[in-house]
Amino acid sequence: MTAIEYRKVCKQFTGSRAYALQSVSASIEEGEFITILGSSGCGKTTLLKMTNRLYEPDSGEILLFGEHIGDKDPVELRRGVGYVIQQVGLFPHLTVEENIGMMPGLLKWDRERIAVRVTELLTLVGLEPERFRGRYPSQLSGGQQQRIGLALALALDPKVMLLDEPFGAIDAITRLNLQNELLRIHGGLGKTFLFVTHDINEAFKLGNRVMIMNEGRLLQFDTPKNIVQRPADPFVETLIRSAREQETFWEAVT
Amino acid sequence: MIDYLTRHPEKIINPLLQHIQLVAVTLVLSILLVAALTLLSLNRPRLSNALHQVLSVVYSIPSLALFAVLIPVTGLGTVTAVIVLTAYNQYLLLRSFTTGLREVESSVVEAARGIGMTEGQILTRVQIPLAKRALFAGVRLAVVSTICIGTIAASINAGGLGALLFDGLRTMNIAKILWGSLLSAGLAISVNALLKLAEERMGRT
Repeated sequence: MTAIEYRKVCKQFTGSRAYALQSVSASIEEGEFITILGSSGCGKTTLLKMTNRLYEPDSGEILLFGEHIGDKDPVELRRGVGYVIQQVGLFPHLTVEENIGMMPGLLKWDRERIAVRVTELLTLVGLEPERFRGRYPSQLSGGQQQRIGLALALALDPKVMLLDEPFGAIDAITRLNLQNELLRIHGGLGKTFLFVTHDINEAFKLGNRVMIMNEGRLLQFDTPKNIVQRPADPFVETLIRSAREQETFWEAVT
Repeated sequence: MIDYLTRHPEKIINPLLQHIQLVAVTLVLSILLVAALTLLSLNRPRLSNALHQVLSVVYSIPSLALFAVLIPVTGLGTVTAVIVLTAYNQYLLLRSFTTGLREVESSVVEAARGIGMTEGQILTRVQIPLAKRALFAGVRLAVVSTICIGTIAASINAGGLGALLFDGLRTMNIAKILWGSLLSAGLAISVNALLKLAEERMGRT
């Protein structure tokens, strides 16, 4: 089943002549792990934020499981779509448990059900529930905060997860761990993941298919293997060449 | 001075109570009004700017002049005093409420919106709790300013400690002058200190 479909999505921000997005079309199947790769300003975050209506397209359509998201109430829509951002965005005045339990609480789940869900999610993201549920965000490391951010986004069991450079501000070792964990979590849940990054290694490692974007355009959308073998555009070629050069640099050093 | 207090305690206690009442009524009205203005203007930068401009002009009018302007409309007495004092507070309160709420980290607000909280829920569950210190500091400022400007309200028959002060001045009664100024200054200083203490406590939790 098609989870997300973009049809000729365009966006131009007021005060800017350039397109943030120029006629982007793509179709994503349920259960895929899609990474969106591009440098800053290429429109990848804009595309992501349109998927949960934090931004509205100027023209074009976005369908979620066959339904036009423009027809849905934005708040309802967002409750069915998990959202994780680089700055984490945990509520600093609330404990881990209260953070993860925020939406369930607002939806009037009873307390026991929330506690069970928090335990479940903390276990899923690899944090011992009893050690962490009572802590405040400021008492956590960056990596732990991002795990909580993931748990928070998963609280209502959304079918689609949007992740906007979630590991962008995290050190290399923790980052590798988190990437592996994210793959494990994705594999176990059968959800559709849409993951924005500017790191080509991260994009090709995580995504079963990769969207490569530049200057508001979707240049290529294919499996990592196909992209490497048949780059569709000079920009993609340059991107791959630069990644290869980095690799040879490492080989020369060791 | 002590002699005056023991002989006419009601002449000092009554103005003090009157003053506190004036401040309390003004404060309740001010907060209700500013809450409405803040909600209305928080996400409308142009309206917010216009409101700030207008209120800062009102704030810069000398209190006596503002009292005088309103006397033909609402007459002498407490009603006029409360209106003027509430009007002054709007500038102080709106400014601190608006900046307080806007200073809440935008990533937190965006994350809240992204997980499907309504704007109302974001305000009550996230922005207000995170801005509570700034909000409270604004209220403290408004209370102290009301206590001080409130003494001038005596000039339009609104009573309070100002009445004691003006009476004393007119009749050259030193005890009255001293009690009037001591109590109004003392009230302002002690209320300020108390609220500040509460504010610091609040920040720690």
